[in-house]
Amino acid sequence: MLQRVFTNQLALGGAEAAAVTLLVLLVMLLARKREIHLERETIVALARGIVQISAIGSIFILLLRSPAWTGMFLLAAMIVAAAAISAQRAQGIPGTFRVSLYAIGAGAGTVIALMTLAGVIDSTIVSLVPLGSMLIYNAMNTNSLILNRFRGEVESHFGLIETALALGAASKQAVAPYVEVSFRTSLIPAVDSLKSLGLVWIPGLMAGMLLAGSDPAYAAIYQFVTISMILSASGLTALISILLIRKHAFSTAEQIILRPQAASSQGKTT
Amino acid sequence: MELNMALEQSHITETRFVLETDHLSRVVSGKRLVDDITIGMQKGEVLAVVGQSGSGKSSFLRLLNRLDEPTSGTVYLEGTDYRQIAPRELRRRAGMVTQTPYLFPGTIADNLRFGPRQQGKDLPQDTITFLLDQVGLADRANSDIVNLSGGEAQRVSLARALANSPTVLLLDEPTSALDEKAKKEVEALILKVVKQNALTCVMVSHDLAQAARIASRVMVVKAGRLEKIGSVTEVMHVAASLH
Repeated sequence: MLQRVFTNQLALGGAEAAAVTLLVLLVMLLARKREIHLERETIVALARGIVQISAIGSIFILLLRSPAWTGMFLLAAMIVAAAAISAQRAQGIPGTFRVSLYAIGAGAGTVIALMTLAGVIDSTIVSLVPLGSMLIYNAMNTNSLILNRFRGEVESHFGLIETALALGAASKQAVAPYVEVSFRTSLIPAVDSLKSLGLVWIPGLMAGMLLAGSDPAYAAIYQFVTISMILSASGLTALISILLIRKHAFSTAEQIILRPQAASSQGKTT
Repeated sequence: MELNMALEQSHITETRFVLETDHLSRVVSGKRLVDDITIGMQKGEVLAVVGQSGSGKSSFLRLLNRLDEPTSGTVYLEGTDYRQIAPRELRRRAGMVTQTPYLFPGTIADNLRFGPRQQGKDLPQDTITFLLDQVGLADRANSDIVNLSGGEAQRVSLARALANSPTVLLLDEPTSALDEKAKKEVEALILKVVKQNALTCVMVSHDLAQAARIASRVMVVKAGRLEKIGSVTEVMHVAASLH
């Protein structure tokens, strides 16, 4: 219906955005009637969403006229932003920003580089940046999950870890069971995405390819390729992240740095 | 110069001490948890560390096997500055039993094997039998740790520390989480094990009567500082005044 009224694409986009905004506000009003107040958060989220995506759209307009290598800088900036967001998930362990930067940079960066060299990712900006950002975003989520889980595991098994150290275990041996649990847990979303592909969800990328006139069979296979790239980037990120953070959780004298508040000798002495 | 370096490293001036602290201190966020403690302990000696809650007893104990890092001062183990000893080797030689017996999932024997396995050694079955016999858990090697009482778990914790053949045993209120009966049993066991293995033992306790029963010397700690150290009779009135 909107297409008939708005012939200009920009106007059509604005009308569509207004329509979904109304829908969200309607849901918010329904929640309000049930005494669930989400007004403020919803309005802020709507405003942020439209501003951020419009900003990136404007950058794309500029990038389309720029040489291909400028896309690399944008991806690099995304990796730094992802590392800063993810690092907040492991407060209490020193060097988490650096760990996140190395893990996401190496995890997503390696897959982006290899796949671009192999021609799986098209090196044009319009292809490289959106696909690269998908890999970085998922690597960031994996990194956040692994840091958060590892911190939780260490805090809740602090007594056992210190007992292992007190019996002469190496720090990596003392946390080995918790490293494994953290690694497995962090990859659940990426593995489940691949498992449920086509069965539970069809990625938006496929719809885009179909709209752009790609062969439906190729579009379908390319979804598998994309989600597999996400799993590779996430797996590599998780591996690098856990190996680095494990090292940062202990001092050179194999003393545990990350401590739960109650057990911390900083405030408690007996 | 080489001779001087060798002397510095081995600290052979007081070789009669198995364990010695030299102006040992730990300061965290401006708070002096352990403040300039210097003591020496001979082979087979049992030292009870007593003091009020928050006085720094456990903080002092944790410095002895370097679970925490001193901010100044050091510890000599059998004449060697412990910073010259690899932390894993140090902790093998200075075994620790904590207030809560944290046991690893599996059987009692699995727990006893843990320490030696870290050094690439497989604990022989007859050693497991001997250790469990020492702590009164003969024939229980294959029992799952989930079926143990608090007192039994603490016995396993003690046997596990002994499986590393330590020269020093550090005990952090090992009976405070136990009922009266189990407390008496574990206390008697500690005395027996320390004597049988000729261990040098440091035991943190808040129980003055227990300290008097077990220790050959008592050290009173107040606000991280060594208030008094001496025989039970010499020190008890100071310790009692703090409680």
